[in-house]
Amino acid sequence: MTEITVLTPTGSLGYGFDSDAFTRAMGMGPQVIAVDSGSTDPGPHYLGSGEPLVPRLSIKKELTTMLVAGCGAGIPVVVGSAGGGGTNRHVDWMAGIVREIAAEKGLRFKLAIIYADIPIERAKKALADDEIQRFEASFDLTDELLDETVALVAQMGHEPIAQALAQGADVVIAGRAVDDCAISAFPIWKGADEAQSVHMGKILECGALAADPGGMDVMIGRVADDHFTVEPGNMRRRATTKSIAAHSLYERENPFHQAGPGHALDLNDCRFEQVDDRSVRVSGARIEHGADYWVKLEGARIAGHRAICIAGIRCPTMIGRIDEVLDAVRRDCLDYFQDNSLKIEFHCYGRNGVMRVLEPEQEITTHELGLVVDCVAADGDTAHAASHHLSGDLLHYSYPGIFNTAGNLAFPYSPSDLRAGPVYVFSAYHLMKVDDPLELFPILMEDVG
Amino acid sequence: MAGMVKLRELAPVIRSKNAGPFRLTFDVLFDDETLYEHVRDSGAFNEKAIAAAFGVPESQISSLFHFDAARALKVTFFRPHDQCAIGESDAYGCQQHVPLMDLEVPDP
Repeated sequence: MTEITVLTPTGSLGYGFDSDAFTRAMGMGPQVIAVDSGSTDPGPHYLGSGEPLVPRLSIKKELTTMLVAGCGAGIPVVVGSAGGGGTNRHVDWMAGIVREIAAEKGLRFKLAIIYADIPIERAKKALADDEIQRFEASFDLTDELLDETVALVAQMGHEPIAQALAQGADVVIAGRAVDDCAISAFPIWKGADEAQSVHMGKILECGALAADPGGMDVMIGRVADDHFTVEPGNMRRRATTKSIAAHSLYERENPFHQAGPGHALDLNDCRFEQVDDRSVRVSGARIEHGADYWVKLEGARIAGHRAICIAGIRCPTMIGRIDEVLDAVRRDCLDYFQDNSLKIEFHCYGRNGVMRVLEPEQEITTHELGLVVDCVAADGDTAHAASHHLSGDLLHYSYPGIFNTAGNLAFPYSPSDLRAGPVYVFSAYHLMKVDDPLELFPILMEDVG
Repeated sequence: MAGMVKLRELAPVIRSKNAGPFRLTFDVLFDDETLYEHVRDSGAFNEKAIAAAFGVPESQISSLFHFDAARALKVTFFRPHDQCAIGESDAYGCQQHVPLMDLEVPDP
């Protein structure tokens, strides 16, 4: 029987963990420290721009703890979906931080970096060969969309990470990877049951979010032949059958069937049992391997450039007329600029700013409104000018029954109109068939220190 | 016939979250097994009632599950706008749950 212990410090690298919990978990004999570092959940901006999701200071602080502990214990450190988007830029950025930490702390190790950028031509070829499949996206992938795509990655499975470990990597910085792979790669490589490892990865990838109370903190997972157990590192937290089972639902549509590259996990017969006060045993996951191996592509394109204005409204007469006033200034602005690319959105907090079309409450019952004027146009200058035009118009808009003729908006900031840069939207979220799980993900080995 | 109560009076956790960039998923979690089974078996947590609570057509609902291991009811929508599309308002989709809190179910 192979039992592998994995330490996951947090649900997403850079979001923090309790240092005592980490020390305690290191005392539980983990064979690998593994963490996920990315997601599309924060939106396509990080993928598109190549900017890191989490600022450098936080990443460096947490990576330092992990690398010092990993090197000290002689166990590997694995990071998946580096930098948030998992593009080559993100991987290089994080590898730079790793080298800097090694130099500062006098650490020596073999570093593997794994890229996940996909050449546009590779995806076009797949499209031509009918090897692209619509997944959940609301649109089809086309050559035109691929031409507009500024960043394209694929989610690797556990195989490239396991390959890097087999090549002797002590530290793996992987580009875009399925969330559970950073965690499941080491156990699978060591011969642990694949279904149990992947299912454990799905729980551990969120760190102690699956614990009670949930939070960004340390989780320990032990995977054996036909089950795994999970336990939070922090003594303030417990794993309960309810908290762990409920996590099977979290941010996923189907709690019984979860597809990944080359496989589908069947969770219909899963059992959750309380082992002791703080740990839960999970069993029953089955894995089915498909005839073909499909990876998920994630692409981003620029939909325009944004400028925003944030303002508050307190006057009851203005609040009472807010819809007609916003309609009037929108019409005036579109007429003024005559630019087909210009899109104007008003996020009206206190009315329907949070839920927009899903908002069932039609009455405004609050005494003040928060307004975000959101302008997107093909160029940033037009967006900025439109935002300024709208905020100026709103500020001085006159309507019958106006009490306060001095101005309708309270600006918390000067400048009132802020350039927010390019707006990225998803241009690909489709499956692509590959012959080999390693094909798209080059592994570069390097001696550090 | 028994009266009706709001789901928030029976379920301690009612949440919404993005499930990928194109779906919104909602979980209703119960502590009490009897209450869970009561609501599950009442049929009140159904596509028609949920669509009406949000003012969307039933066709906007992608799936509906109950998950006994977690004493959970779950419904997933196609998002009205793709995540972070222009005009979208909740990247993580985590503040869309309130109409479910107010969903009416039979008083146990």
